[in-house]
Amino acid sequence: MCDTCGCNITHGNEHLIAPGGKLATTASGHEAIDVLHNLLHENDHTAQHNREHFNAHGVTAINLMSSPGSGKTALLEATIKALGDEFRIAVIEGDLETENDAERIRSLGVTAIQITTGSACHLDAHMVHDALHNLDLADFDIVFIENVGNLVCPASFDLGQHSNIALLSVPEGDDKPAKYPVMFRTADMVMLSKADLLPILDDFKPERAERYLRELASSAPVIQTSAKSGEGMDDWLDWLREQVSNRPAQTQAPHSHASHTHP
Amino acid sequence: MSQVESIAHDNHAVRVTSITVGMGPLSGVEEQLLKNAYPVASAGTIADGADLQVRLTPLRVRCTKCEKESEAKPNRLVCGHCGEWRTELISGDELLLLRVELDKSTQAVH
Repeated sequence: MCDTCGCNITHGNEHLIAPGGKLATTASGHEAIDVLHNLLHENDHTAQHNREHFNAHGVTAINLMSSPGSGKTALLEATIKALGDEFRIAVIEGDLETENDAERIRSLGVTAIQITTGSACHLDAHMVHDALHNLDLADFDIVFIENVGNLVCPASFDLGQHSNIALLSVPEGDDKPAKYPVMFRTADMVMLSKADLLPILDDFKPERAERYLRELASSAPVIQTSAKSGEGMDDWLDWLREQVSNRPAQTQAPHSHASHTHP
Repeated sequence: MSQVESIAHDNHAVRVTSITVGMGPLSGVEEQLLKNAYPVASAGTIADGADLQVRLTPLRVRCTKCEKESEAKPNRLVCGHCGEWRTELISGDELLLLRVELDKSTQAVH
């Protein structure tokens, strides 16, 4: 949604500002200014700027979101091993503390930028923007952004990515889409990770997880994978190749580009 | 707050007396938590002490099959009429600054 074309005025909220609506008149003598600003405007503006930078270099940016410990870093390690020769990959890691995840990625010979958020429970577009200052985008085809492990807050912040992936690991239980609808609604693909545990944790029903997802009106594909056993990795890699081939055509760099230290 | 401050500044206000925010159940923001955080966020700004009004927008979907509109729940966005899951969200995920009430009365001093 933006603030300029009026697309943020919807069926649901237009009655609030329509003549005679609750907000059309002021009860006090004070002057009232009607606005319809998206409160996340500042973040979304920077996210769009980030997206333009990715597009300018033909880079596909993928945001990974999930609970802590659901296998985001393990998925990236397996992906780098499988596709390291096919694509030039970089990773932006988000964690409250430590460089552990970035070091795991670097040990595979891949560039990783660690963002330590302190007590912040999500990445926002500004943090990713700062990380991009340390990344020469001309050198990469895919940038993975590993968000802070959290099924709540990351869902509300656009980072400038092209696709969102939500991982749901088998030990977490199959009803997570019903419990965290805001997160799972944003997913362009849902990955049921640690699928090698399905025979042991047989109360997790993949079809039930998918049904909960469909009830959020999401048509996102659901892929079962195990980074450990390799199960489903081909489906994931095919999905990823499709994202890269569907990425927007390389565009002109944003106007402000020259004044930045961005590549 | 920076949006409110810039509106107040652009309109030469001396004080913000009321702020109205609109939010839906899928905005990712909770009304009560916003109200709790608001006094801290507004402290020391031109909106210090301003009243915060929250308008909750309804969660509504339009069915892509029967094309009817219905109310929905955050974790169940299926059509209320025919049960189809392929629906479009009409409202309920917004987080908007709807209105700012300003005190511009420099003549109030005389």
